[in-house]
Amino acid sequence: MPQMFTPSPTLEATGPSTMTLNMGPQHPSTHGVLRLLLEIDGETVVRLMPDIGFLHTGIEKTCEAKFYQQAVPLTDRIDYLCPLTNNLCYVLAVERLLGLEIPPRAQWLRVMLNELTRINSHLVWLGTHALDIGAMSVFLYCFREREDTLRIFEMVSGQRMMTSYFRIGGLALEPPLGMFDTVRKFVNRFPSRVDEYENLLTANPIWLRRTKGVAYLAPEDAIALGATGPTLRASGVDIDLRRDMPYTGYEKFQFKVPISHDGDVFARYIVRVEELRESNEIVRQTLEGVPEGPIKADAPKIVLPDREKMKTQMEALIYHFKIVTEGFPVPAGEVYQAVESPRGEMGYYVVSDGSPKPYRVHVRAPSFANLQALETMCKGRLIADVVAAIGSIDIVLGEVDR
Amino acid sequence: MLRLYVEEKMLSITTFVIVSVIKIVIALAVLLTAVAYTVWLERKLVGRIQNRWGPQRVGPFGLLQPLADGAKFIFKEDLTPPYVYKPLYIAAPILSLVLALTSISLVPIGNWVTVRGVRTPLEITDVNIGLLIILGITSLSVYGVALAGWSSNSKYSLLGSLRASAQMVSYEIALGVSLVGVLIMSGSLNLREIVDMQGGHMAGFIPRWNIFRGQIVAFFVYLAAAFAETNRVPFDLPEAETELVAGYHTEYSSMKFAMFFMAEYANMITAASIATLLFLGGWHGPLGGPWWLQAILPVFWFALKVFGFIFLYIWIRGTLPRFRYDQLMAFGWKFLFPIAVANVLVTSLIVALQK
Repeated sequence: MPQMFTPSPTLEATGPSTMTLNMGPQHPSTHGVLRLLLEIDGETVVRLMPDIGFLHTGIEKTCEAKFYQQAVPLTDRIDYLCPLTNNLCYVLAVERLLGLEIPPRAQWLRVMLNELTRINSHLVWLGTHALDIGAMSVFLYCFREREDTLRIFEMVSGQRMMTSYFRIGGLALEPPLGMFDTVRKFVNRFPSRVDEYENLLTANPIWLRRTKGVAYLAPEDAIALGATGPTLRASGVDIDLRRDMPYTGYEKFQFKVPISHDGDVFARYIVRVEELRESNEIVRQTLEGVPEGPIKADAPKIVLPDREKMKTQMEALIYHFKIVTEGFPVPAGEVYQAVESPRGEMGYYVVSDGSPKPYRVHVRAPSFANLQALETMCKGRLIADVVAAIGSIDIVLGEVDR
Repeated sequence: MLRLYVEEKMLSITTFVIVSVIKIVIALAVLLTAVAYTVWLERKLVGRIQNRWGPQRVGPFGLLQPLADGAKFIFKEDLTPPYVYKPLYIAAPILSLVLALTSISLVPIGNWVTVRGVRTPLEITDVNIGLLIILGITSLSVYGVALAGWSSNSKYSLLGSLRASAQMVSYEIALGVSLVGVLIMSGSLNLREIVDMQGGHMAGFIPRWNIFRGQIVAFFVYLAAAFAETNRVPFDLPEAETELVAGYHTEYSSMKFAMFFMAEYANMITAASIATLLFLGGWHGPLGGPWWLQAILPVFWFALKVFGFIFLYIWIRGTLPRFRYDQLMAFGWKFLFPIAVANVLVTSLIVALQK
C-alpha cells in the first residue's frame, strides 16, 4: 500500500544533556500554526526545525479552476494581514499578460490603499511582537489604530479584511463620499500614535535588553537564505521594490526606505516602525491631488460595465453576461510580478494557456523566505529569544503554507 | 524563642481560643475577598490602561465578576492528565495556597483593640519573630511551584518550574537582605514594634516612616525583589505565556488552577502588607474625628497603603515588557543583591555612629 501521508518530522535529542521541545502548532506565540521542533540544552537552543503545512489551503491550486477575475477573492486569504497587497500583485500580473493600461486615478488609489494596508499589517506585527515580549498594552493601542484602517477598507469595499477591492483593469467601485476626509483625519492623527508606541518601547531598558543583539542575521546570511523585506533591510541590504522596480505609479511619490545595519530584533523593530511613518507620508502625498477620471480601464471585454450602462446599452449587457459566464481569455504566456508587501518581496507567477482560467498561479511568499532564516537567528540562543525572533520576522502562516 | 503575646491576666485560654477562631474566620474572609477583588481591580485597571472597559457585564461595574469567575472555576472539568505523578500533582496547588494564606496570619493591620473587655491585637497571632516566620513561609512556597512543574511530567511545566525555583530562591536573598536595614534601625523582628517605631513626625511634617529615614534604596530593592517573588511582570517568566504556554501550571485546570491563581494574589497582598509595615509606616496616618472614626482610621490607612502598592503592581503590569531568564538572574545577583548589601552596611554604620 502506498504511503498516504508523510509522517510529521521528528527530532531526536543528540546530546546527553539535551531534550526536545515541541513548540506549536498550538502555542501562544507561533503566530498561527507554526510548529517548531527545538532541541534544547537547559534553555539554550541547540537545533531548531520549523514544520509547516498546518494552514495549507490549496489556494494556488484552486486558482486553476477559477476564471481570472474569480481568483481575486482567493488571493485575499493568502496573506490575510495584507489582503490588498495580494490583490494588487495578482491583478498587476494578469494586467501585464493582458497589456492593460490602468487609469491614473485607479493607480493613485491603489497606492493609497496599499500603503494603508502596510500600516494595518505592521500594526498587527508591532502589537503581537510586543505582546510576545510581554508588553501587553502596546497590542491594544495598535489595534485601536488598526480599527481605523479597517474602517477605511470597509468604506471602500464593504469588507473589513477580505476586501477584494482591486479588480483586473482597475478598482471594484468608486470610493464613497467622505472617504478622503476619513483618510486625511487618520493620516494627521497617526504620527502621534506611533510616538505613543515608541514611548512605551523604543527607549525602554527592558525592551532594549530583550531585542538588542538578539537573533542576529548577518547581511551575507540574509542574502544567502533569501530573507526579504524589513528582515533584509534590517541587516543592511538596501532593497525595496517600491523604489527599485516601481509598479502602479510608486515612482511619483517621495519616500525614504529605512534601513539598519544591526541585523538584530531591535533593528527589525526600528525599520518597521520607520516604515509606519513613511507609509503614512506616502498616504499623505496620495491625498494631495488625486487625479479625476475613470477608475477602470477602457477594455469592455475584460472590465465589467457599469450598472447604468447595462440598463441602457445592449453591448454592455452582452459583455457583462459573457464575462460573468465565460470569463475572458488571456493571451498565452507567463509573467512574474513582484511587489513589496509588508513582509518583503511578494511575487505572483501566472501562466496562461490562452483560456479564461489560469494554467498555473504560484505565489512567492515573503514569509516563507523569511522563515528559513529562523534557525540561523536562533542557534545557541535562549527560548525567549526564539519567541522574539519569530515575532521579528513577522510571518503569516496563511502565506507560508498557501 | 517564640513567645505568644497572651496577656494571661486578661485572657483565659478559652477566651484566647474563641477570640483567635473569630479572628481567623474574619481574616480568611477578608483575605479571600481581597484576593477576589484584587483580580477584579487588576482587570479593571489594566483594561482602562489599555483603552478597554474591563469587566462590566456582571453586576454594576462588573463587581460581581469575581463571583462569576469563582463559579466558573468550580464547575469547570477538573482534568488530571494520565501521565502526572498524582500525589504531588494534587498536593502542589494546596501547598501553594495554604502557605500563601498562612503568612497573612502574622500581619498586623492595626493597634490593640478592646471589645467587651477583651483586649486583643488586630492580627491573628502577635509573635516576637513575626517577620522571620513570614519570610520562612513565603520561601516555602517555592515548593508548590517546583513540585507542580515536576509532577506534571510536561516539558513546559518543567521549564516553568525550573525558572520559578531559580528565580524565587535568588530573589529571596535580595529581598531578605533589603529588610535587614529596617531591622537594624528598629532593633526588633516583631512587626508591631517595627510599626510603632515609625509613629510621629520628623521636622514637624515628614512622617517618621522608614522610607523617609534613609531606607528608600532598600524600599526599591524590596519592590523589585517582591515583584520577582510573586512572579509578576516584569519578572513573570515562570508563567510567561508567550514562551512557556502557562509555565508550571500548564497542566492544571479548574479549582487546582484557581488555587495557584489565588495563591499568587494572596502573595501579592502579603508582599504589599510587608512593604507597608516595614517602609510605609504601617497603620500610622492622620487621625481625627469622633472615637469610632479614630478606631477605623488606622485600618483604613493600612488598607490604603496596601492598595497603593497593589496599584503599582498593576500599573507596571500594564506598562513593561518581560525580562529574559538570564537577564533576570543577572539583575538579581549583580544589581539588586550588591545594593541590598551596601544598604545594610551603610545603615549599620550610621546606626553604630549614632550610638
